[in-house]
Amino acid sequence: MTDLAATPPLSFGTRFRRLMADQPMIPLIVLLLGLCLALHLLSPGIINPQWVANTVKFAIPLALLAGAQTLVMLTGGIDLSVGTVGTMAGFILATQIPHHDPAVTLALAVLPALFIGVANGIGVGVFRVHPLIMTLGTGLIGTGVLQVYQRTVIATGSEIPPWIVWIGTQLSYGIPNALLVFIPVAALIIFILRSTGFGRQLYALGDNEKAARLSGSSYRQVIIALYVLSSLLACVAGLLYLGVIRTPSLTLTEPLVLPSVAAAIIGGTSIFGGRGNYGTAILGALILRVLTTLLTVLQMPEGVRQGLFGLVILVVTATYLRLIDDR
Amino acid sequence: MMGIIRKNAWVASLLVLFFALLFVTRQIQPAYGARDFASLTQAALPYVFAVAAQAVVVLAGGIDLSIAAMMAVTSVTAAVLMKDASPGSAFYAVPIVVAFGFLLGSLNGALIVLSRVPDIVVTLAMLYVFQGLALLILNSPGGGAAEWLRTIMVSSLPIPGVPAYITAWLPGPLIFAIVSVALVWTPLRRSQLGLSIYAIGSHQLSAFRSGVPIHRTRILAYGIGGIFAALGGLSLTMSTGIGAPIPGPYLLASVAAVVLGGVALTGGRGGLVGPIVAVFVLRLVRTDMTLLSIDPNVTTIIEGIIMVVVVMLGALVAMRSRSQ
Repeated sequence: MTDLAATPPLSFGTRFRRLMADQPMIPLIVLLLGLCLALHLLSPGIINPQWVANTVKFAIPLALLAGAQTLVMLTGGIDLSVGTVGTMAGFILATQIPHHDPAVTLALAVLPALFIGVANGIGVGVFRVHPLIMTLGTGLIGTGVLQVYQRTVIATGSEIPPWIVWIGTQLSYGIPNALLVFIPVAALIIFILRSTGFGRQLYALGDNEKAARLSGSSYRQVIIALYVLSSLLACVAGLLYLGVIRTPSLTLTEPLVLPSVAAAIIGGTSIFGGRGNYGTAILGALILRVLTTLLTVLQMPEGVRQGLFGLVILVVTATYLRLIDDR
Repeated sequence: MMGIIRKNAWVASLLVLFFALLFVTRQIQPAYGARDFASLTQAALPYVFAVAAQAVVVLAGGIDLSIAAMMAVTSVTAAVLMKDASPGSAFYAVPIVVAFGFLLGSLNGALIVLSRVPDIVVTLAMLYVFQGLALLILNSPGGGAAEWLRTIMVSSLPIPGVPAYITAWLPGPLIFAIVSVALVWTPLRRSQLGLSIYAIGSHQLSAFRSGVPIHRTRILAYGIGGIFAALGGLSLTMSTGIGAPIPGPYLLASVAAVVLGGVALTGGRGGLVGPIVAVFVLRLVRTDMTLLSIDPNVTTIIEGIIMVVVVMLGALVAMRSRSQ
């Protein structure tokens, strides 16, 4: 009779779930290691320091875009204009560098990101347009502007400055230089989310917008700042990716948009807002990169590869939700 | 009652806009005639079906990012089935393709219901799966289309007793679109399933408590979206004569036209007529700008601006009416 008040011991399953819900990093790290192991078994010797550096190098632009998605998704939004913003930054840099000195060129490359970010923020924050539509529209406008701009610079040509190649592709002591940019940026995002009022407000707005506004959250300012931040991240990603790819194109970061959403989702960010963090999104980006390598190593036809890529995203997300949902 | 008036006002103003644009087109290019209109409808046909597919899903409170990929799958399926291009092959190819589309769409719906993963994520993942499937069915553009299906795209509807210069304004693609959308949507809208789709779109919990089978309705809504996507894929094969395994620009266009057509992205409000008229408005804007010899890239910018501004205005009106 006395032990009625005591809680019954938790079953292993419940404790396991609670652990996973508290430490979402664990299942993702296990998955990443599992994929690496599969890769190692399929093609022994592929995993060496050079391969790791290469994977990290390719994953960094994706992880930056996933950071933009994570931030926006925390408020229940999505940013589909990141592909256009990144492409604009890369393309403008490559075409303006012959005419101006690097600092001016960088400023020119950041400019469209600011414009699009502010436009997105005003559309979503002030006019309450659905983020999907707003960012889609600004992305379309940006693409159009870029194509018109391309006409004007087609004669003057372009070049990839050596410093962007250095930061994008090259290694120092076997470590990708891109980490010099990525680590501070990632630390900044994590700091913003964990320790600033702005980060708290993002979670609050995504969790319950009405409650957040009633408790004094300045909705418009937060949303505008958020979309500007998202665009700036996309801009950095575009510049780094230009260094990786080393050819200016009008669809530079466009193929990374949907994978960046996928990486954020695999990282456990809820698309409805209020839940998620950046560390797991970085893991999500790495997982997608390793998965792509794995599917390439398997030498399957392109169709099977794409199909498996989609299925893995689906299965991982579903399993992950089951694991952390304590319902 | 107010809701009905407002909804129809949106569609009506879109129609007025369409005819105004048609008038403007005649002013710019006095020679703009039935033949140009026919080629406009031919270009618009895949967009019409894409937007119809998206609209049904959005009405049910969801979204389908895999529509363009689904159109690619059904397009190559149709092209492979009609490879010999014999007239008879189309008679079994068309129903198979439509049924296949329904199956793909229902698969999306079933996965959303069973996995409890958000619809954006599931359809995003399925986008890759369908892209892969299309490549597996047909690795490079090829296949064929039955000749009589192709003639639909270039002919016009003959009505006995009406002179040809009037029937020329009723081109085959337009009739094909109207007939197939009406065949699928009109009976549906009046049925219990149609009501259930609107119900789960406007408030899922209320719908559940009123006894609407929400899971079955959701799966069927995606299935019907799949039927329209299959018709879109079919129309791609019909107009090009081959199937291409690469998804076209239909996803973004479908979302844009759904919103311009007065369907609320939150679900439950709107219809299919508005989005379809919106497709024609957008295509006509594009034609006008081509006739004015504006750079096609500027056209993209203007389209984007139109989309953003219209949606902003719509949101502003909604805010005003809410605060009053």
